[in-house]
Amino acid sequence: MLLSVTALFLDFTGTLHAWLGWTARVQFLPAVMAVNVAVVLALVAVTLLAGRVYCSVVCPLGVMQDVVSWLSGRVSRKRRYRFSYTRGHSVVRYAVLALFVIAMVAGIGSAAALIAPYSAYGRIAANLLAPLWRLGNNVAAYFAERMDSYAFYEVDVWLRSAASLAVALLTLAVLGVLAWRKGRLYCNTVCPVGTVLGLLSRYALFRPSIDESRCVGCGLCARRCKASCIDPKAHTIDMSRCVACMDCIDECSHGAISLRRTRRAAAPEAAAAAQADTSRRNFLLTAAAMTAVAAHSRSKRVDGGLAVIEDKQAPRRSAPIVPAGALSARHFYQHCTACQLCVSVCPNDVLRPSDGIATLLQPMMSYERGYCRPECTRCSTVCPSGAIRPVTPEQKSSTRIGYAVWLRDNCVIISDGVHCGNCARHCPSGAINMVSETAPDGSSRRIPVVNVERCIGCGACENLCPARPLSAIYVEGRSVHSTY
Amino acid sequence: MSKKTISRRTFFKTAGLAGLASAGLTAACVGRKDSADAGASGEIPTDAMTYRQSPSTGDRVSLLGFGMMRLPLVPNDKDDQSGDIDQELVNELVDYALAHGVNYFDTSPAYCKGRSETATGIALSRHPRDKYYIATKLSNFDPSTWSREASIAMYRESMRCLQVDYIDYMLLHAVGMGNGMEEFRARYIDNGMLDFLLEERRAGRIRNLGFSYHGDVKVFDYLLEHHDEYKWDFVQIQLNYLDWSYAKEINPINTNAEYLYGELTRRGIPAVVMEPLLGGRLSALPDNIVTRLQQREPQRSVASWAFRFAGSLPGVYTVLSGMTCMEHLQDNLRSFAPLQPLTDEDFAFLEATAELIMQFETIHCNDCKYCMPCPYGLDIPAIFTHYNKCINEGNIATDTRDPDYARARRAFLVGYDRSVPKLRQASHCIGCGECVRHCPQNIRIPAEMRRIDAYVERLKTRPS
Repeated sequence: MLLSVTALFLDFTGTLHAWLGWTARVQFLPAVMAVNVAVVLALVAVTLLAGRVYCSVVCPLGVMQDVVSWLSGRVSRKRRYRFSYTRGHSVVRYAVLALFVIAMVAGIGSAAALIAPYSAYGRIAANLLAPLWRLGNNVAAYFAERMDSYAFYEVDVWLRSAASLAVALLTLAVLGVLAWRKGRLYCNTVCPVGTVLGLLSRYALFRPSIDESRCVGCGLCARRCKASCIDPKAHTIDMSRCVACMDCIDECSHGAISLRRTRRAAAPEAAAAAQADTSRRNFLLTAAAMTAVAAHSRSKRVDGGLAVIEDKQAPRRSAPIVPAGALSARHFYQHCTACQLCVSVCPNDVLRPSDGIATLLQPMMSYERGYCRPECTRCSTVCPSGAIRPVTPEQKSSTRIGYAVWLRDNCVIISDGVHCGNCARHCPSGAINMVSETAPDGSSRRIPVVNVERCIGCGACENLCPARPLSAIYVEGRSVHSTY
Repeated sequence: MSKKTISRRTFFKTAGLAGLASAGLTAACVGRKDSADAGASGEIPTDAMTYRQSPSTGDRVSLLGFGMMRLPLVPNDKDDQSGDIDQELVNELVDYALAHGVNYFDTSPAYCKGRSETATGIALSRHPRDKYYIATKLSNFDPSTWSREASIAMYRESMRCLQVDYIDYMLLHAVGMGNGMEEFRARYIDNGMLDFLLEERRAGRIRNLGFSYHGDVKVFDYLLEHHDEYKWDFVQIQLNYLDWSYAKEINPINTNAEYLYGELTRRGIPAVVMEPLLGGRLSALPDNIVTRLQQREPQRSVASWAFRFAGSLPGVYTVLSGMTCMEHLQDNLRSFAPLQPLTDEDFAFLEATAELIMQFETIHCNDCKYCMPCPYGLDIPAIFTHYNKCINEGNIATDTRDPDYARARRAFLVGYDRSVPKLRQASHCIGCGECVRHCPQNIRIPAEMRRIDAYVERLKTRPS
């Protein structure tokens, strides 16, 4: 499961999603956010049946901690038996869960996403593993090119968001240390999914239990328990914290611990995050100072050479652009768990984690490196949390996610006095037309005009605009998407 | 001027052809039956070069001329032509060429981002002045250099860079380009530059005066009509077996080489040939045409056909080749030291070959880089080279039902990103038209860019 989810984040070709995409969809929080009733009910049922199997099998962050913990145990026998029973930090657990639910309900999804397990792992994979994977791919592409093979192609490796990278690094560091020393402390103290499933797990039908008649009181089970939930003196196991790893059963050489059926079974409803309609403030993107458009037309005296191309800068958008299928910015940011799977798979380098305060880590779109190509619906096919609903290319090409705005002063037609029209030529929906305008000197020139009714906000115009660093035509997001 | 590293390398990389090509290149001393089995790297004779004599000055010029427009660059990681000229290799090539009888070196103040003359000067100044002929040009293309002062300054700068006090062959560079007669008058007549150059010839600082021609044939005709007045010592034209009778069909603005050559020989003016290999395009041909040429003469390279075609015409004075590496030079020396002229059957065979080539819709770009730098950062020659390569390798697919579509699509798109950085691809062409007046082949570059961009767009939006 860990490998599968990781593969999803690393695969930039989009081929694996057909087979492995479900491993992201069965994640608890994304399923709740997507109101994926079948998955949520199945996970609840499994937990009621056999405890927090989810935490030890499905959750990639949990498995990652197990790997660290296992490595820690390999160091020495002493380390392997480094655990001991502690009482649960119930107050912390429920307080964190309550804050988490409040945050989600209040729509501060990005803050909540910091501690959500699947998303946290997603960010580690997307920000730390994916770049390495891509560099490896580029090495392969380098050799493929020299062997005249088209098996590998080079992909850009770039820092999408420093904040996101920092959060991923911090998460990895904190969890690494915790898992190395304290096993599943995070899962049983902070993780909101762990807390919810722990509540259910108390009523699990099958659970490990200690046969007092056989127990010799050696306490090995407790020292081996990475959840620190076995009290060997009282012969009890705190099922709200047990992650159903079954290490204790293996460990007990006297056969005192075994999986048994309990008689009590009730199913108190565990309500997770609901939606609310708190409105979201638009925020300012990092934007660029208004630098003058680079002077392009230079006289040519000698042959050859390449003109220097300035990097594009992101314009100041008053509303964020979110992908087709997101329905509205509010819907998107409320459902998004910031796992960044869409960021990892976006083949056009359009999606990146936003750096606004309210939506930190949640993705946004910008068109400096590419534009949202009409035939691509990859983000909508991978999103496990329903923040981006599945769309077909046909639906996408009639969904207005934004509208283009022409900035007269930046336009090379005005500033350089050349003919252009690259925006109009590349507009997939025919929303940009070139019309005649009489210049101050009396000569006629053709300038672009935007029919915002037809504009879908794909950003082809902005990306291919020759004006640099700021494009002369850019896309404003639509807070609510509409179709035509 | 011809083969370029990329095209030749690409040519070699074509796996199926590698064997054939090396067989052709490593053939033992072609033209000398007695050493037919001299081994793979067969000796190239140093005393067998074919020479042609000038009727006006009596110069004996080697039939192979060294074009200094495609000089080798120091390889860098980016492979983007931004490196410096590899002077060491230039010296080595020049030494080798001189040792094997090549004595004509053609450069210009505009070549290689303006660095060609200096590099040529460094390499040649290491040899006695009477062992080589230097050809350079008055490349006053930019309106800012149209004034008499600026043009004379350019002429004097050429002498300084080349480290010489006289120039053997001086050319009015690429007359007929831009808007034809009007631009020609502005560059050479109105500012009195042609009179100045005639005066310099009388003074002996220019030994031969001529012009190189592209584009509007009116200028060519005008200059020849006034031959009695100007007494052209030589004229440089584009000539090869494709342009011989298809230049006009390729682009109505151009003129068939057959006509140009005929006009020159009629007046007894020696013809210097440029683009004998069309920038390597007559070497990197579609697979079936390569096979056809090699079948006829397995011991010769594909390129040698083009060189021998030009060299076999008696009115040709010298055939210029832009040789970027030692292999080009050696291969060409095998074609010209000595020249084994084509037979009438060979000429007919090449005519039929040209007809076949015309069936492929390659873009007639010779990678001369006159269009560069594009003010909007496009790499125009690289885009055309990639497109032509895909046509030649059969990687152009339009029908999604074609069983080969997926493979051809991937090869085109992946190869496109490899040969041209995304920001320098056809989609960024705004159609400003700056390049058009610089293109000696009169390619309608913006229109071709749109065509290629539309094709790329079709491929992208239609996975198989």
